[in-house]
Order: sequence, then C-alpha cells, then structure tokens
Amino acid sequence: MPQVNITIDGKKIKAEAFKTVYEVATANGIYIPALCHHPALPPEGACRVCLVEIERQRALQPACTFPVTEGLVIHTNSPKVREARKFALELIISDHPLDCMTCEATGDCRLQDLAYEYGVKGNEYTGGVQHTYPIDDPNPFIQVDRNKCILCRRCVRACNYINGVEAIGIVYRGFKARIAFGMDSTMQDSPCEFCGSCVEVCPTAALWPKMSLGKGRAWQLKKIETICSYCGVGCRLNLHVRDNEIVKVTGADGPANHGFTCVKGRFGYDYVNHPERLTRPLVRRYLLEGGSKAATDHRGGGDGKNGDGLLATGNAAADFVETDWDTALNLVAHKFAEIKRNYGGDAFAALCSARCTNEENFLMAKLTRQLMATHNIDHCARL
Amino acid sequence: MSLLKSTDDLLSLRERAIYALGVRVPGASQPQFRNDVVVCGSTGCRSANSQQVLKALQAQIIQRELDKAVRVISTGCRGLCAVGPVMQIFPSGVFYNRVQITDVPEIVEQTLVGGKIIERLCFRDVAQNKRLAHYLDIPFYNRQLPIVLRNCGLIDPQNIEEYIATDGYLGLTKALELSPEEVIEIIKNSGLRGRGGAGFSTGIKWELCRRVAKQPKYVICNADEGDPGAFMDRSILEADPHSVIEGMVIAAYAIGAPLGYIYVRAEYPLAVIHLRRAIAQARAYGLLGENILGSGFSFDLHLKEGAGAFVCGEEMALIASVEGRRGEPRPKPPFPAVSGLWNRPTVVNNVKTYALTPRIILRGPEWFSSIGTSKSPGTAVFALTGKIRNTGLIEVPMGITLREIIYDIGGGIPKKRQFKAVQTGGPLGGCLPASALDTPVDFDSLTEAGATMGSGGMIVVDERTCMVEFAKYFLTFATAESCGKCVPCRIGGQRLLEVLTRITSGAGTPRDLDEIERISRNMREASLCALGQLTPGPVMSALRFFREEYEAHVYDKFCLAGVCKGLYELHVDADRCAGCGLCKKACSQDAISGNRKEPHVIDQLKCIQCGACVEACNLDAIVAQPRGKGVHAIAVA
Ligand SMILES: Cc1cc2nc3c(=O)[nH]c(=O)nc-3n(C[C@H](O)[C@H](O)[C@H](O)COP(=O)(O)O)c2cc1C
Ligand code: SF4
Ligand code: SF4
Ligand code: SF4
Ligand code: FES
Repeated sequence: MPQVNITIDGKKIKAEAFKTVYEVATANGIYIPALCHHPALPPEGACRVCLVEIERQRALQPACTFPVTEGLVIHTNSPKVREARKFALELIISDHPLDCMTCEATGDCRLQDLAYEYGVKGNEYTGGVQHTYPIDDPNPFIQVDRNKCILCRRCVRACNYINGVEAIGIVYRGFKARIAFGMDSTMQDSPCEFCGSCVEVCPTAALWPKMSLGKGRAWQLKKIETICSYCGVGCRLNLHVRDNEIVKVTGADGPANHGFTCVKGRFGYDYVNHPERLTRPLVRRYLLEGGSKAATDHRGGGDGKNGDGLLATGNAAADFVETDWDTALNLVAHKFAEIKRNYGGDAFAALCSARCTNEENFLMAKLTRQLMATHNIDHCARL
Repeated sequence: MSLLKSTDDLLSLRERAIYALGVRVPGASQPQFRNDVVVCGSTGCRSANSQQVLKALQAQIIQRELDKAVRVISTGCRGLCAVGPVMQIFPSGVFYNRVQITDVPEIVEQTLVGGKIIERLCFRDVAQNKRLAHYLDIPFYNRQLPIVLRNCGLIDPQNIEEYIATDGYLGLTKALELSPEEVIEIIKNSGLRGRGGAGFSTGIKWELCRRVAKQPKYVICNADEGDPGAFMDRSILEADPHSVIEGMVIAAYAIGAPLGYIYVRAEYPLAVIHLRRAIAQARAYGLLGENILGSGFSFDLHLKEGAGAFVCGEEMALIASVEGRRGEPRPKPPFPAVSGLWNRPTVVNNVKTYALTPRIILRGPEWFSSIGTSKSPGTAVFALTGKIRNTGLIEVPMGITLREIIYDIGGGIPKKRQFKAVQTGGPLGGCLPASALDTPVDFDSLTEAGATMGSGGMIVVDERTCMVEFAKYFLTFATAESCGKCVPCRIGGQRLLEVLTRITSGAGTPRDLDEIERISRNMREASLCALGQLTPGPVMSALRFFREEYEAHVYDKFCLAGVCKGLYELHVDADRCAGCGLCKKACSQDAISGNRKEPHVIDQLKCIQCGACVEACNLDAIVAQPRGKGVHAIAVA
C-alpha cells in the first residue's frame, strides 16, 4: 500500500493508505476512545464514540472505520466531537442499569471508563423507556444480562470471525434490537461451544463467566500469565487469582492464540483446586511391598464408577498407595525393560496425546522407537 | 416470439410492433382495430375493481361481436388514482373515471358504438366546475411532462413488443454502438442525478465504478420504496418494467458488469409478477443473456424480493440483504461503486434513474438537460397524497413550483380548507409552510428551503393537522424502522420520540424544545447512515416553521388544530353555525344542544372530544380552543 500524508490534530503523519484513522492515530500516540471497536475484530462503526471531525466531510466520521487517504485533515478532540461522543455515551447510559456499585465489571468496564472520562454522571433522559430483560440463560458457563448489553456487537463478531460458530446475532429493529443466540433460543440451545470469546471481548458485564460471579473484582485479582496445560497449541492465558484460588481465566496475547482460548482453557480450571485432584503418583501396594494382585472382587458396588473400583479393591495388596515420583517412574522403567527383555519390543505400544507438546511427543517417539525398538506408536489426533 | 440477433432484427420487429399498437400510435394507418380501450390495471385501480370492469367490458364486446373492431388492454397506472377505475379510449382520447361494472353496457352502446360521450363518467374539474371529456383537457394531465411515465397507461406492460413499439430498447442499441466511456460521458453531460433521494450524479457514479479494476462488477436496481404513501417506483415497475431493465443493461454495459439484481419490495406482488415476466421475455428476445443483439456484451438479471424493511432501501443495507445477511447499513467509505455486493464494485440506482437512461441515450444529453433546471435537469415524479383534491402520480419538469403542483395539478385543498404545509422527501424529509409555496421543486431548492427532494413522496396537509403530531407520525415510523445498529439512531430516535410524546400529551416543558434541537443536531452529526441522520428532519422543519404551535402545546397546553387529546376544547363558532343540527345528531354523548337555525352549544362536561361533530359539520363551525379559556370567553360574551 502506498504511503499518504495526513494531519491529525495539527501533527503531520505519514501513514499507510487505507489503514483506519483509529489505527493510525493510535500507532502515533494520539488517543481516540473506542467502544464497539476491538483490535482483533473487523470494525463495526456502531457506538459512535470514536467520532472525529474530518475536514470536507459532511458529518462526523467514525475513526474506527474511516480509511486514510492523501491529505486528510482530522480533528480528534474538537468541541463538536466531544459533544457527539458525550451524546452517544449519555444515550447508552440512558438504557443501562446504574448499578456499578454491585456490578461484576466495575473496574474492568469500557463503558464505565468512558462515562467517567466524559463526565456522564447519570441518566440524562429520566423517565425514558429502559429495557428490563430477564437474566436466565440456563447454560453452565456464561451469564447473559441483556440489560447491560450496549449492542456493540463485539460478541457477534468474535463468535463469527474468531470462533467461526455464528451462535450470536441481532434480532428485532431499532430500540427493540437485542442480541440473540441461535434461532433466538438460549445460549445453551444454540450452536455455542462456550469458547467464551464473546465474554472475552464484551466491554461490559453483559456476558460474564458464571463461575466468577461474586469472586472478586479486577483490582482484587492478581493476574498471572501462563500457558494452557490442556493441549499442544499452547494458548497463553491469564489466570486471575484471589487468595491462591483461580477465579477466572482470560486469554492473553500469545503467538498461538492472540487473546482467545477454547472452552477448556477458559472454563476448565476447576480441577486445579479440586479435592479429588491427584497431586502425587499412586502405585499398587504389591508393586512396592510384594504380594499378589487380585483382579476381582471390586468393592465399588457395581455402580460403574471406575475410580472407586480402582482405588479400593477387596485385596489390600492391590490397593493404590501414594509414593514419590522417583519410585513410581523407576517402577515403570523397570517394568518396560522387563517387557522388552521377556517378550520383545513389539509387545509394547504407545499412544500419545494432543495434550502433550511437540517436544513431549518427540521424546515419546524416541522412547518407543529407540529404547523399546518398536514402531508401535500412534497419536490420538489421528483418530 | 423471435430471438433478436442484431440491431436490424430489433428494427424490423419494431416496425411490426408499431403496426400492432394500432390506434394508440397517433395517425396510425389502416389499424387492425378501430378502437383500443385501455383500462388501468395498476394496484390503485385494481383495488377499485378495475379488473372486473375490464372483464365485463371484454365480455360485452364479444357479445356484441365488436371484437374485431375494439380491443381492451390492461395498462399501468394513469396517475389519477383518486378517481379509479379509469379508462381511456383511443384514438379519441375520451377519458372515463369511476367506472363501475354497471356502466359497461352503456359505454359500449353509447361511446364505442354510438360515438357519444357519457357526461356522468367524465372527470369533474372542481375549479372550472365542469366535466372534461378528453384526457388532455384535464389540468392534472396537461401540466405534466411524462418521460419516465410516458408508457404508463399506453402500453400493455406484459408485452415486450408494445414496449419495443414505443422506442423500447432503441436506447440500448445506440449504447451498444458506443464505447462504455462514451455512454458514461453522455450520462454525465445530461446532468442526470439519482432519483432515489440523495441526487448524486449518475454519470460520476458509473465512472467511479468503471475505473475500479476488480471484477466481477454488479448493477443493482433499488426498488425497495419503503416510504409510507409513496408508489412512484411501484407504478413504473407495474406499468413499464422494460424501461427499467433496458436502463440496467445500459448501466451494466457502461461499467462492465455481467450480472444485475433488482431488489424489489415483496409487498409489491404485481410489480414482482410484471418484472418476472419482463425478464423472461427480455431473455427470450435476446435482450438479456449472452451476446446481446450480437454486440458481444453479455448480461443477466436476477430478482431479489425484499425483506420488508424501510432501511433496506439504504444502499449498503440493501446490499447486505441481497447477500443474505441482516439488512443493516455499514459505514461508507468504501462506497459501493468501489466495494459493494460481495465486496465487488457495484452501481446502485433507483428505478426512475434507470428508466430515464434509455431516453437520455436515445434523445441525447442536450435534450435532457434542456428540461428542468440547470442543476437538476429532467423531470421529477411525485406521489401526491394527503389533503389534496387530485391524489395520484405525477411527473413534472424540475423547477415547477410547489404551488403549481398543489393547486394546478393537484386541484388544491378540498372542503375549502386552508393549506397548511407540504411534506416532501417522505419520512426523512421535511415540511414547508405556505410562505414556501413558490419554491421551485428541485434537489437544491428544496434542501435550501428546509425539506428534501427524497424519492418523490409529497403529502399535503390542511389547517386541521397538528404539526407536532404530524412530525411525531414520521418520527414514529423512522424510529420503528431504524435498524438499531448505531447508538444515535437506536436510542436517540427513541428519546426524541419520547420528547414529542410528552409535548403532544401536554407534559412538555420549555426545556423540551431545546432538547429537540440538541438531540436532532447530534443525530444528524453522529448517526451511521442517512436514516438516522435524517430522522430529525420532519421535527426540525416543523419546529422551524411552526414554532408557535410547539410553544402553544408547551406553554398553553393548547393544540390549535384540535388533534392532541386533552389539549383543547371544542366549541361551536356562533358566527359560522347555521343551526342545522348535524353535530347534535352525530354526538354520542348528548353534549350538544341548540334549537334549529340557532347557534348550538357544546357542554364541556359531557364532551369527550371524539371529534364526530367536527366531521359532521359542513361549515367547519366547530373549532378547537384552549381548555377553560373557551368557556370563559363564551360566558363573558
Ligand atoms: C433509509 C433509506 C431508505 C432509502 N430508500 C430508498 C428507496 O426505497 N429507493 C431508492 O432508490 N433509494 C433509497 N435510498 C437511497 C439509496 O441509499 C441510494 O442512495 C439510491 O438507491 C441510489 O440511487 P440513485 O443514485 O439512482 O438515487 C434510501 C436511503 C436511505 C438512507
Ligand atoms: S462462547 Fe464462543 S461459541 Fe459460544 S457464543 Fe461465545 S464466542 Fe460463540
Ligand atoms: S453482549 Fe457484550 S459484546 Fe455482545 S453486544 Fe452486548 S455489550 Fe457488546
Ligand atoms: S442510523 Fe439508524 S438505520 Fe442507520 S445504521 Fe444507525 S441505527 Fe441503523
Ligand atoms: S469504536 Fe468506532 S464506532 Fe464504535
């Protein structure tokens, strides 16, 4: 793309043609507020909070969609611009609950930030109609509170363009317009996969993780960056931690995920502090102390729950006992060697997992092929 | 049916078609039929039973064995919808209105056989107080200049050969002999401005699109026409669908597009039928499809029925709708000429714009620019409605004044009432007061005066209209039709409507008048598309020209026009009242008393302001007065 010369607030800037005014201004350290715009999503031009004055244009123009061309002269903070932005914010607030005091998003809300910045103190249109939607989506992960929705459509775009599921849309027109899932059913009944990308981008508390409700607000949480342990993609995550408990997970900007995650990374963290989580290796007692294994007489009561049956058998020598990693791994190594010695390498087979990293899978292949001397190795991703 | 492979083929078909048009061609020699009777088959007359009249006429003609001499043809709209069903007899030009099935034997006997005029069925001109027998005597018609509407009421819209007989597809043959650039040059030089509302130069739009390198390109016809009360585009599609198709082929040739779409309101079933048939015929004759008239140029057309939203008339929303998405505008730039349908260069034009282009190509840019004004050449088509005698469809040269349209063509205001305002530009336009009646009707003058040209709605209101309520009506429409995408229109429109509702219910405060201005100013500046930007138009213009009425609502809690419930009392004006007692009979509450031939009186405690007496009184003697004050005034007198 060719370079063009433009002027923003008196500052002469060289920019790539057809980038948006918002992109160019932001890259040059000039602040323009935005609400419906999200850098990971295609621009929408819906909220009108980013309006700027462009000379020789009939009306104010949204910075988030307006492409730069040679000679544009742009004013980002004229009185007219400020009036129009405040007008848009006042309108949004006039149909938005003013319960910031108890709202989950307080401290982490784009609308709150902008209302503060533009001095919107309350509802300028008292007596005007306000929406009262029930908050009743039955799904286990995401609370949907349409009363707080500002119809920025970030969620719609995230679902369409990031996750490619198209579970969210807009129904009805004008003041009656609202977000809807599937064929205007519930999120639960829609094609939603609960990746939470919509929650990630929602600027208010309209979409909020159910597991995080009441667990603390932005300033009370410590953000810890980590890599998701679920699979080899290696999404970068932010764990939001309070009193050593994970209360929320959001996407962090990593090369593999650019701020988004799947359902497991975002919502599958309850195992971390789960009482039944295995934190030390378990080994059957006879393997450590000798004795005979008994394959029958499960005490599980036939309820089909493997856990019970495995952990506690009728034969005390076959029960699991906790041990340390060295002991457990030594045991496995000895057993593998024994199999190879007695029956040959082909008696051994390995199935690796997509949850392992490339490096781990590579090591597994080495172990199988070089140490065990067999090609019996496969991977769950081939299924 | 014949496949036309060249211009020569078309010309020889044209010869035959002209002969077949018979006495509808002035000075036709040895026509096959002595008389052609055209009956309006458009939606307006249809709803007044024109099809039954037509069938009865046909049956009668066969019965009288006149079918070798007289032929009956169903045409498109004749404009004078108010007095339908209408028919015209060729070659004499005798024009009958309000024709009933029972009139048919008399028409055959007296007029078609006897050559006599039936006075009773002739159009009654109120101003001259006489019946006018001939079509061209009627002021409604003789002040008009039909270019787009030239075939309305002349040809059978379902017969392509009748279109060809009236110079149809000749413009196309001429265009195909020119280079695309030359075609664009002609359109540019003609000064043609889009008839969909914004008035953008059609030639420049085509040129922009031609210059973009991306392929394929598309042409789209905007036939969504969602304005309440507007039916210009519908009438054209019903009466002369081929003129639109021909215009589209020319546009496609000019920009280099292989495919086009007509986006037509699904609520226009007759237009859809006529269009489908016209497209099929044009294909069968080789005027659409591969290698049109042997030129090497190929182009085809699809019909897309609209999804019933006013906003889908906005070009970006229309494109989204054609793509199968929710009909919502997106910010421009990029404009559709650069990135439109499926992100390809696309020309979107209005029905009338396309219908005009073949004429311009055929008759030359100088001919077109000699009509109308220098900045708005050509004609304007209006649907004339409201408190006006001759409601209907008209085509006039640009530059004609509002007064000429309303009084000369429209016949003025019925019931001897006073003209109050005229709304142009539809629900996004504006209203103008009596002092603006001499404004020339063209794009720039109307905008300057405080209204807009829009796509051709013209609604006249009289003294009985409350200008707050009138503006509220349009605002209610516009807010209901907002797509809801952007904040200023979605919530701003709602808040503006709430202010007006307060004022009409008597709860308005002086601050509300400032609020109207503040909300309107910001909606104009901040809304995403023209719907939101222009939604405040009717309110702003009404506030500008009728501010005292707004103030009377706010300060005196008085609705001068007697429309806003609770903001007036009804009183009998003793000077006007003749004591006929009609009001007394009409009142369901027994609130009116008075002796015959003496002024009557309304008991305010019983009156529920239903307005039945106002309607009943022939002398307009029942008037609205401020509450409380009226009683006082009478007591003092
Ligand atoms: C809310 C809205 C409704 C519109 N409706 C129509 C319509 O019904 N028909 C039309 O031709 N143009 C309509 N327009 C204008 C179109 O966006 C567009 O300008 C026009 O079709 C271009 O054609 P033209 O250049 O021939 O006028 C509408 C615009 C808006 C904002
Ligand atoms: S959770 Fe993911 S799939 Fe479900 S609606 Fe949100 S973005 Fe779409
Ligand atoms: S739910 Fe959130 S992201 Fe979606 S439209 Fe509403 S405010 Fe925007
Ligand atoms: S101005 Fe109104 S109709 Fe246009 S995009 Fe905004 S909400 Fe939709
Ligand atoms: S951020 Fe640009 S319109 Fe919302």
